[in-house]
Amino acid sequence: MSDIQITIIDRQGTAHSIAAPTDMGMSLMEVCKAYDLPVLGTCGGMAMCATCQVYIESDHVLPNPSDDEEAMLAEAFHVKPNSRLGCQIPMEPQFEGLKVRLAPEE
Amino acid sequence: MIETDILIIGAGPTGLFTVFEAGLLKLKCHLIDALAQPGGQLAEIYPKKPIYDIPGFPEISAQGLTDNLLEQIKPFQPGFTLGERAEKLEITPENHFVVTTNKGTVHKAKVIAIAGGLGSFEPRKPTTISNLSYYEEKGVAYMIKEPESLRNKKVVLAGGGDSALDWSIALADIASELTLIHRRKEFRGALDSVEKVRKLRDQGKINLITPAEVEKLNGNGKLESIIVQTKDEENKEIEIATDYFIPLFGLSPKLGPLADWGLEIEKNAIKVDNALDYQTNIPGIYAIGDINTYPGKLKLILCGFHEATLMCQSAYNRIYPNKKYVLKYTTVGGITGFDGSRKQAPKAVVEAI
Repeated sequence: MSDIQITIIDRQGTAHSIAAPTDMGMSLMEVCKAYDLPVLGTCGGMAMCATCQVYIESDHVLPNPSDDEEAMLAEAFHVKPNSRLGCQIPMEPQFEGLKVRLAPEE
Repeated sequence: MIETDILIIGAGPTGLFTVFEAGLLKLKCHLIDALAQPGGQLAEIYPKKPIYDIPGFPEISAQGLTDNLLEQIKPFQPGFTLGERAEKLEITPENHFVVTTNKGTVHKAKVIAIAGGLGSFEPRKPTTISNLSYYEEKGVAYMIKEPESLRNKKVVLAGGGDSALDWSIALADIASELTLIHRRKEFRGALDSVEKVRKLRDQGKINLITPAEVEKLNGNGKLESIIVQTKDEENKEIEIATDYFIPLFGLSPKLGPLADWGLEIEKNAIKVDNALDYQTNIPGIYAIGDINTYPGKLKLILCGFHEATLMCQSAYNRIYPNKKYVLKYTTVGGITGFDGSRKQAPKAVVEAI
């Protein structure tokens, strides 16, 4: 088993504790979709929409955002300093315990 | 009134390919799309991105695939209602469908194929400007339909993508004063557009304010000025007098009026019978491509093509209940366009050597 346990807080404030596989090349956005959390993922994971925006609430060190992600976050709404696009966050063992909150829908 | 056999809602790849499959069955098609150009997401969101899972194409750009599909369906002379959103559905006593768009264009068809992808694309409105909606139609717009209407007006654009850049370039010689505001210094667009905007700024034709955000709108009954907050070290408030404020923050898809047509909907998608023909709970209305759902559904372009093909066979049976259709391969029958064009495999020449 190479699952990590992560917490996703939905827009109603409910925390979902989820086992996310680290061996399937999944992103946080894809994990949300797989667990039927209300994340649209309109662009399919190309950092070209912001429907998977999350606020990172744990102090994990995440990979730096790419130029594409930064540009998209610059155009997105409800952006905070801890905003990231879920589609750009890979599920890797070092993110055990990751805690994120879904940003409001636009 | 526009009359056709199959009315296709959505001119993305699935909708476009439907025209081809219908054309082989001599069924005529008309497409409605909220966007101004065909191609759906491919043309609107990621035209330059390569796609690697189209059968027979090791790599093709999204716009390239759109262009190819348009070329492929040309002989079947599809009609297009672009820049309009399918809004109202009526079913006639003889079980035909009448669809009216938000701009009042009326379409009548024997069959409807909803190939609406994620829904119709609507402009994203900034949520941080509290009195934005008050000024809609009073100086605030989210799309530029007729650039000429902005001639000799003061215009403020906001946004950092291709459309903000393209419109800045297009309006530089039309508006009397043009301002472009973006939250960051960096723009996300084609390199030559960025370069052009830089030149226009240097020539004094565009007032570029970055990094900055529009905070508030002012005006008595109509927009008169906007308050901009810069996000640099100076962190100052600027008031800019303007006639128009046009935020260009891209588009986001909404299922929209389709949701009220009485179709069975599950998780923002339309439920269809995938064992048979991708028909919805309303006989004669089909849903194909990303907009439908069924057990095991995959949102892939190639699945949309397959769904379109089976759906057209079912539509044929519905339109001509007494005719028996025999599948004819294009390698055998060629393609006879509605425009009189004819494509066919060249006859092999048999000659003794």
